Amino acid sequence: MVLLEIRDLKTYFHTMRGYVKAVDDISLKLNKGVSLGLAGESGCGKTTTALSILRLLPWNGEILSGKILFDGVDIVEMSSEQFRHQFRWKRISAIFQGAMNALHPTIHIGDQIAEAIVVHENVSKKEAIERTAKLLDLVGIGASRIDHYPHELSGGMKQRTVIAMALACNPDFIIADEPTTALDVIVAAQVLKAMKELQHKLNLSMMFISHDLSMLAEVCNKVAIMYAGKIVEYGDVVSIFKEPLHPYTEKLIGAFPSILGQKRKLSSIRGFPPDLLNPPLGCRFHVRCEYATDICRTTEPKMTDAKGTEHFVACHLKGV
Amino acid sequence: MTQDVTIKVQNLKKYFDLKVGFFRTLTSKSVPYVRAVDDISFTIKRNEIFGLVGESGCGKTTTGRLLLRLIEPTAGKIYFKGLDLSSINNQADMRRLRRKMQIIFQDPYESLNPRMSIFDIIAEPLLIQKLTQGFEDTRERVAEVLEDLEMTPPEEYIYRFPHELSGGQRQRVAIARAFIIHPEFLVADEPVSMLDASIRSEVLALLLGLVKKHHSSFLYITHDVALARYICNRIGVMYLGKIMEQGNTEDIILKPLHPYTEALISAVPVPDPTARRSEVVIKGEVPSAINPPPGCRFHTRCPYVMEVCRKKEPKLIEVEGNRYLACHKYNA
Repeated sequence: MVLLEIRDLKTYFHTMRGYVKAVDDISLKLNKGVSLGLAGESGCGKTTTALSILRLLPWNGEILSGKILFDGVDIVEMSSEQFRHQFRWKRISAIFQGAMNALHPTIHIGDQIAEAIVVHENVSKKEAIERTAKLLDLVGIGASRIDHYPHELSGGMKQRTVIAMALACNPDFIIADEPTTALDVIVAAQVLKAMKELQHKLNLSMMFISHDLSMLAEVCNKVAIMYAGKIVEYGDVVSIFKEPLHPYTEKLIGAFPSILGQKRKLSSIRGFPPDLLNPPLGCRFHVRCEYATDICRTTEPKMTDAKGTEHFVACHLKGV
Repeated sequence: MTQDVTIKVQNLKKYFDLKVGFFRTLTSKSVPYVRAVDDISFTIKRNEIFGLVGESGCGKTTTGRLLLRLIEPTAGKIYFKGLDLSSINNQADMRRLRRKMQIIFQDPYESLNPRMSIFDIIAEPLLIQKLTQGFEDTRERVAEVLEDLEMTPPEEYIYRFPHELSGGQRQRVAIARAFIIHPEFLVADEPVSMLDASIRSEVLALLLGLVKKHHSSFLYITHDVALARYICNRIGVMYLGKIMEQGNTEDIILKPLHPYTEALISAVPVPDPTARRSEVVIKGEVPSAINPPPGCRFHTRCPYVMEVCRKKEPKLIEVEGNRYLACHKYNA
């Protein structure tokens, strides 16, 4: 069952120098209970996609066209009031990058989580606190910490607090934007493990946003690779990592060192990502692609299901 | 043999005094301190790349700074080609020594002066060390090092300012500045952790090329064990100011002996969804370095903890050829 469907979404930013085409015509489908990884380099539009879904774009960002269907309802059309009352946090919540540093330093963590419940649902403070205690148990901090201040917690526990906050109103869908980048390796592994377990336990749908493909390989069922505002490849996690079709995906995966198996040469991609004010014509990757031909420079490739295995790719070379 | 050793560190310690409030200074007898680096020893040979690996707060950055005497050690000795660094006590001598030792910092957005042109940034070490014979010579040498880093043609870059460059290019400038005086010893503190994956491997390859070209010894500081595997000949795994395990990189990664190393390696995500890994995820987080646990510092989180670990601190001993380990479990 499809939970989230993005159709031809375009999100641009107005700047003094023109439109920055941060997300340019992307489409995506996500089933219930699936965890999707959105990967790509900085500035490729990952976070903008997330902010579009959450309707939290900054003042100069605008959804120009396209639809975001959540459970069949178009949330782009909706008034921001309606979205805030019915969707944000109740059905779609988020764990933002560095959110653990945004906890209020002089309010008990329990009260901070309970506040989210009281604001969004018609419950008493007492009931909200009871639910908060259960949430803290659920994420592995323990209800006894309900009266603690953020500075009394370690980095990993603060991140778990933020996860508890995202779960506060029992959402169906959680967006996690770089949930572990600020954490140390071992703590990051603990937090990821906890998130994976929660996802199964509560049958959540999730979207993990990260530049770290290794991390996504561990937690996701599906992966979408973004480059310069476009999704260039989308499919099952195993087929993306084992049989990448797009030259960009292939190189990007090859750029990550592995601690297992034989040492192989790390690949790199020459050049750097294009300026999204004036993205290149044709395929946006052609400037850095070693297989680029004339058609890549002039015509934009479409997403196609190359083998009929729900593994989509936008490349003239590998597509149909 | 001693000729080959560029850096020798013996029982190095660095304690930082902790800032305490006014009343604490009045009431308490001693000032508390952080044991950032607590009694570590290692050597780096010529042409060798040694990696210090560990989580944040383990003391790896402090060690790097100590080696260049950017901060003064509390105790212990550092020898650079047999010369005791702590014996140097005037600025001029230290400056002469710094011609041979350089550092590359983590963040290229912070480490380059925004008001200096790329040319000025890269040429500055030459001018400070008075190693140049006039402007033409300086220009040529700046151009040469930029070409080594594949920033060609150099004329396109030397008149620019840091804000006009991308992150990868900035870090190359930081590398160029370190290499323009052909250092014999180089410290790089997470030099690529701020860069995107697609650019990271290219910058690393160029950096390693220069290290090879100049036969430098290289201390590479990182939290990323997987990356260290691709760079270092030998690594030392640090935990709370101590080296827990030390040896050839492949030996350690394929067969970690210390429980902490094992946990660190198993926590690293692998870019392969079908990979099967051991699930040794240890509990808890790094304790405070102000009051480190007695005995083995890792005993509070160690899955194999024994009685002796709580009382006696294990020494770093050679267990195999060139393999050092500080763990009671191995002897038991």
